[in-house]
Amino acid sequence: MTPREKLLAEAAKRILITDGAFGTEIQNWKLDEADYAGSLGLSHDQKGNNDILALTRPEVPSSIHRAYFEAGADIAETNTFSANRISQADYGAEHLVRDINVESAKMARAIADEFEAKDGRPRFVAGALGPTNKTLSLSPDVNDPGYREIDFDTLKDVYREQIDALVEGGIDFVLIETVFDTLNAKAAVMASIEAGEALGRDLPIMLSMTLTDLSGRNLSGHTVEAFWHAIRHAKPVTIGLNCSFGAEQLRPHVKTMSALCDTLIMVYPNAGLPNELGAYDEAPATTAALVREWADQGQVNVLGGCCGSTPEHIRAIVEAVKDLPPRAIPTPEVRTRLAGLEPFVMAA
Amino acid sequence: MTTTSTSTAFVNIGERTNVTGSAAFKKLIMAGDYAKAVEVARQQVENGAQVIDVNMDEGLLDAHEAMTTFLKLIAAEPDIARVPVMIDSSKWDVIEAGLKCVSGKPIVNSISMKEGVPQFLEHARKCMAYGAAVVVMAFDEVGQADTKERKIEICERAYKELMGIGFPPEDIIFDPNVFAVATGIEEHNNYGVDFIEAVKVIKQRCPHVHFSGGLSNLSFSFRGNEPVRRAMHSVFLYHAIPAGLDMAIVNAGQLDVYDTIDPELRTACEDVILNRDSEAGDRLVALAEKFRGTDAVAEKQAAEWRGWAVEKRLEHALVKGIDQHVVEDTEECRLKADKPIEVIEGPLMDGMNVVGDLFGSGKMFLPQVVKSARVMKKAVAHLLPYIEAAKEADGLSGAKGKGKIIMATVKGDVHDIGKNIVGVVLQCNGFEVVDLGVMVPWSKILEAANENDADMIGLSGLITPSLDEMVTVAEEMKRANMSMPLLIGGATTSKVHTALRIAPAYDGPVVHVLDASRAVGVATTLVSDTIRDDYVAKVAAEYEAVRVARANKGQSELLPIETARDNAFEADMSLKPGKPRMPGVHTFPDWDLKDLRQYIDWTPFFRAWELAGNYPAILEDKVVGESATSLFADAQKMLDKLIDEKWLKARGVVGLWPCRRKGDDIIVHVEDEKHVTLPMLRQQIAKREGRANMCLADFIDRDGDWIGGFAVSIHGIEPHLARFKNAIDDYSDILLKALADRLAEAFAERLHHFVRTALWGYAEGEQLTNEALIKEQYRGIRPAPGYPACPEHSLKPILFDMLNAHKNTGVSLTESFAMLPTAAVSGFYFGHPQAEYFGVARVGRDQLEDYAARRGVSVEQAGRWLRPNLD
Repeated sequence: MTPREKLLAEAAKRILITDGAFGTEIQNWKLDEADYAGSLGLSHDQKGNNDILALTRPEVPSSIHRAYFEAGADIAETNTFSANRISQADYGAEHLVRDINVESAKMARAIADEFEAKDGRPRFVAGALGPTNKTLSLSPDVNDPGYREIDFDTLKDVYREQIDALVEGGIDFVLIETVFDTLNAKAAVMASIEAGEALGRDLPIMLSMTLTDLSGRNLSGHTVEAFWHAIRHAKPVTIGLNCSFGAEQLRPHVKTMSALCDTLIMVYPNAGLPNELGAYDEAPATTAALVREWADQGQVNVLGGCCGSTPEHIRAIVEAVKDLPPRAIPTPEVRTRLAGLEPFVMAA
Repeated sequence: MTTTSTSTAFVNIGERTNVTGSAAFKKLIMAGDYAKAVEVARQQVENGAQVIDVNMDEGLLDAHEAMTTFLKLIAAEPDIARVPVMIDSSKWDVIEAGLKCVSGKPIVNSISMKEGVPQFLEHARKCMAYGAAVVVMAFDEVGQADTKERKIEICERAYKELMGIGFPPEDIIFDPNVFAVATGIEEHNNYGVDFIEAVKVIKQRCPHVHFSGGLSNLSFSFRGNEPVRRAMHSVFLYHAIPAGLDMAIVNAGQLDVYDTIDPELRTACEDVILNRDSEAGDRLVALAEKFRGTDAVAEKQAAEWRGWAVEKRLEHALVKGIDQHVVEDTEECRLKADKPIEVIEGPLMDGMNVVGDLFGSGKMFLPQVVKSARVMKKAVAHLLPYIEAAKEADGLSGAKGKGKIIMATVKGDVHDIGKNIVGVVLQCNGFEVVDLGVMVPWSKILEAANENDADMIGLSGLITPSLDEMVTVAEEMKRANMSMPLLIGGATTSKVHTALRIAPAYDGPVVHVLDASRAVGVATTLVSDTIRDDYVAKVAAEYEAVRVARANKGQSELLPIETARDNAFEADMSLKPGKPRMPGVHTFPDWDLKDLRQYIDWTPFFRAWELAGNYPAILEDKVVGESATSLFADAQKMLDKLIDEKWLKARGVVGLWPCRRKGDDIIVHVEDEKHVTLPMLRQQIAKREGRANMCLADFIDRDGDWIGGFAVSIHGIEPHLARFKNAIDDYSDILLKALADRLAEAFAERLHHFVRTALWGYAEGEQLTNEALIKEQYRGIRPAPGYPACPEHSLKPILFDMLNAHKNTGVSLTESFAMLPTAAVSGFYFGHPQAEYFGVARVGRDQLEDYAARRGVSVEQAGRWLRPNLD
C-alpha cells in the first residue's frame, strides 16, 4: 500500500491523531545558546532556531516525538516548520537546510517505525512546510501595493529544496501548514507536484489553512471555501485548519470544511487563545472537550494540537474521541469551482 | 453579498479590463496609469461581472510586465479580488506569468491545439498544476474552426486528449469561436447558427464542459453603433444560452433585456443571427442607421394638490403613496428647515403617523402602506447626505429610532416577499431594519446583530428545510450567549414548531409572528422597558403549554408501517388512464403570458398582501374592498405592461413516462436503460374504519402504468427588481414578485390542463372554467415534493434530473431544495381518477428507517429531510 492508501485505510476505521506543539515542549528543556549552536560554527546567534536542534541536540526533538507517540499519536510532524532557505537566512544557516530536513525526517521516521513495530498500529510521518515569513499576495510596502518581496518561482524553489530533503529522510506526506497566504501554498503545491513527478510516484500532500479573523479568512483574504477551490487540484490527502485561534473559534469553519471537501479533514487548533502574558493555558480536558464536539458531529478525521498543546493535550484528545466514528467523506457534485477571495460555483 | 458560493446559470465576464476590447483601458495602461485602470476593474465587479477578464495583448506593450503588475495591484483590492480572474492572452508565457500572481482559482483564456497536441497538453498540465480552469479555443493545426462540423470535431478531439491526462472535465470551457456576421460576405452568414448548433452537440458529447464566447466579434460590422451592437449581443445570447453557452465576455453594465429591444430591430438581428434568409444582413445594415444614438423621454403631469402647502403635499404624497414629486417637495422643506433632520422629524414623520394611524385602525392596508413607505424612503434617501454633512459639522449623532432589527431569509431559502413586507412595515413604524437579504448563513446573522448592536433578530423562510435552519440559528445564538429576542415568521413557520423546536434551542425570547400586521406590536413590546418582561413571560408560558399539550397527545396513534400498508388505498385499476398520446419529455421555452393570465388564481395574491377574502368577492368587501380593488388595479396595470413589454418569460417542461408500482416505490422508466425509483411515504396515523392509510404509490398500478412530472418557472424578473430597487420602490418590487409567483402557479394549472387534454389526453373533452380549475374539479392530481402528500423535498433533484429541468427550464435548486428563480412550481402528475390530495403527516421511526433504505441514504440523512414529519 502507498502511504496515501494506508492513511485512508486507517482513517476509515477511526479518528486519527496527529501530534502537538514542539515550541512549548522545547522550552521545558531550558536550552541556552550553546545548546542550539553546537559545534556548527555559525556566525549568527542560534537561540530560538528550534529546527536546528536536529543537528545540535537531536535528543530534544526525538524525545518530543516519543512523548507524542506515547500519548497516542498516529502521525508525527517533522520539526521543520522553519527549515527553509528563507527562514534559515535569519540564522545564517541557509547552507544547512538540506541537513536539517534530512535528519529531522530520518529521526521521525525511525521513531514512527519503532512504535509501529511495537504494537502493529501504523504510524505516519508528515514533513512540515511552514509558510515562510514572505508573502506572494501582499505588499509589505503600504505605498506600493503592487510590490512583492518574493516571486512565485523563487518560493517554489525554496520549497522544492526542503521537500527533496524531507523525502530523502523518509516522510510519507508533505504537510503544507499554517497557510496564511494561499498563493504561497500554491507555490508549495507546485513544488510538491514537481518533486513527485521527479520521483515518479505519488507524493501525497496535506494542507492546513490558518485563519486570521473570526469571519473565517486567512491573511490573503480567502474564505475557507475559496481556499478549498484554490488548492483542490493538489488532491490533498487531508485538508484542514491549524493554529489560528482555539478550537472554540474554529468551530463554524470546521463545519463548513467538513461539508465541502471530498478528502480527510485534519484540524489541530491552539490550546485556546493566549493569555495576557502570551502563554497558552487552556487545560487538556478543555481542549479535548471542544474538539470532541466536532467528532460528535462527524466532522473530523484527524485531530491534534498546535501552539501551546502538550502530550497531555494529545492524551486527553485520544481519550475523548476514541469511541467516536470518523467522518465519512462526502461526494460533492461535479461542478466548476472557481475562486477569487470568495468561492464561485458554476451551475452544472 | 454574502461569502457563500454564487451558483449561477450564466456567467458575465467583465471585458473592460481588456486592452483589445476597451480603448479607454488601453489608453490607461499605455500611459502607465494603473490606479485608474484598477478603478475600471472595480466598476466591472460593481456592475455585476462575476469574473473579470484581464488581457494585455498589445503590440506596443510589454504584456508580461503589464499583466503581472495589474494582477498584483487588484490582488490588493478585496472588492475586486473577491471574484475569480480570467487570465487572457494569446501568449503562453504571459498566461503563465499571470498564473504565478493569482491566488484563487482563475480561468486561463486560452489554450488550443494550434501548435499541435503535445504543446496543448503541456499547457493543460501546467494549468492543472497551478490550479486553473481553461478556455479551449476550437483551433487546431489546420486552423480555426468555422463550420459546425469543424467546431465539433476539434472540441471533441481536445476533450479526449484532456481526459487522457486526467484533466477535470468540469474545468474545461470551450470557445467554439464567435465570428462576425452581416459582413456582406455570403460565407459568413451562417456563423451564428454554426456556433449555436455546435454548442448543442458538443455539450452532449463532452459531459461537464462549459462554453464561452467573445460577443464583440459578432457585431464587428457595426462598430460605432452601440444600440445595434447591444441588440445583436442580447439576441445572440437569447438563442445561444439555451443551447448551452454559459459564459460570455461582455460589458456587464451594457446588456439589453431581450424583451425590451425594439421589435423591429430585434427581428432584424434575429434574422441575421439565425440566418433566416440571404437578405437579412442588408436589412439590418439599412435599419441600423435609424438606431444610432436613440433614447426616449417620458412626460409627466401635475395635479391640483400640487398647489397646497408643502407639508400638506408631503402628507398627501405619503398617504396616497405618490412618489412623483417627493424629492422636490422634500428639498423645498429642507431649504425651509434649520437642520435637514427636522424634515424627517417634522413633516415626514407627521405624514407617516397619519399612515400609521390609518393602518392601525384598519383604514389602510398593507399594499398602500408599502407604497407610502416607498415615498418615505425616497425622501429619506434625498436627505441622508445632508444629514451626514450636518452631523459632521456639529459632531452630533442623528435621531435614534425605536429599535434596530436584523432581518434575514435563512440559508438555503430564497423567498423574501413576506420578509420585505414586514421590513417595510417596521420601518414605517420607526424601527431601523438591517435587511441581510436571502440565503443568509447563521454566522452572518449573528455577526450583523453584534456589529449593529441590534435589539432583535427576525428570521424568515418559506420552505420546510428552513425550519431546521432556524433551529440552527437559535442554537448558535445560544452558543454565542446572546439574549436578544428572536422573531420567527414565514409561511411554513408556526407557533407549534416555534414552541416545540426553536424556543427550546435558545435562552432568549423567541416569538412566532403570524403576519406583518402583528410585527409592529410584537417589536414595539419587545423594546419597551415596561411591558416587555410580562409579554416575554406570557409567550414563554403559552409555548410551554403547547409543548405540554403536545407531549400529552401521546405517540399511540401511529401504526406500524406494515399495518399501515395493509390498510393501503385500493384503487380500481380498471379506471387507470391509458398510454399518453405523446410520451417523453416536452419543453415549452416561452409560453404566452397572455394565455396564462386567465389562469391566475387571485385569492392567494391577496393573501400575500394580507388581505383576507376570496376573489372576486374581496373586491366588494366592506372592510378591505377598496384597498383590494386598488391593489387589483395596480396588479392589472403591471400585468398589462409586463405582458406587452415582455418582461418575463414562462418556461416549462413536462415528462410522461411508463412506470410501475413496487411496494411504496414508484419505478419510473425514464429512457432506454434508465430506471428511477421514487420512494413515497405513507400515512401512519390510525384511521377510523373504512379510511385508508394513503400513499401516492397507491394510485399506480403494479402491472404497469404511467406517471408524469413537470417544472415551470417565470424568468427575467431580476433586471426589473433591480430597477425598482434603484428607484427605492418596494411596492412595485413586491407587486412584481407576487405576480411572478401567480404566473408560475397559473402556468402549472395551464400546463396540467394541457397535459390532461392533449399530451396525455385522458380527459380530452374536459371543459372547465377557471373557477372549477381552482377548485380542482378535474381528474388527476399534481402533488409537489415538499408538500403534504409528498413531504420530502429531496425528491426534487430526482424529478429535475428526470426532466433535465435545469437545462430545459433554467431552474436550479439551492442546497435546501428551494427553486431559483423563486417563481417556480414543480411536481408529479397522477392520472388515476381516484387520485386525491392528502397529507402524510407524522411518520414513525420504522417508516423512516425503511424509507432511508429505499432512498439509499443513511437514517440520519433521511431524518434530517423528514424532520418536520417526525415526532
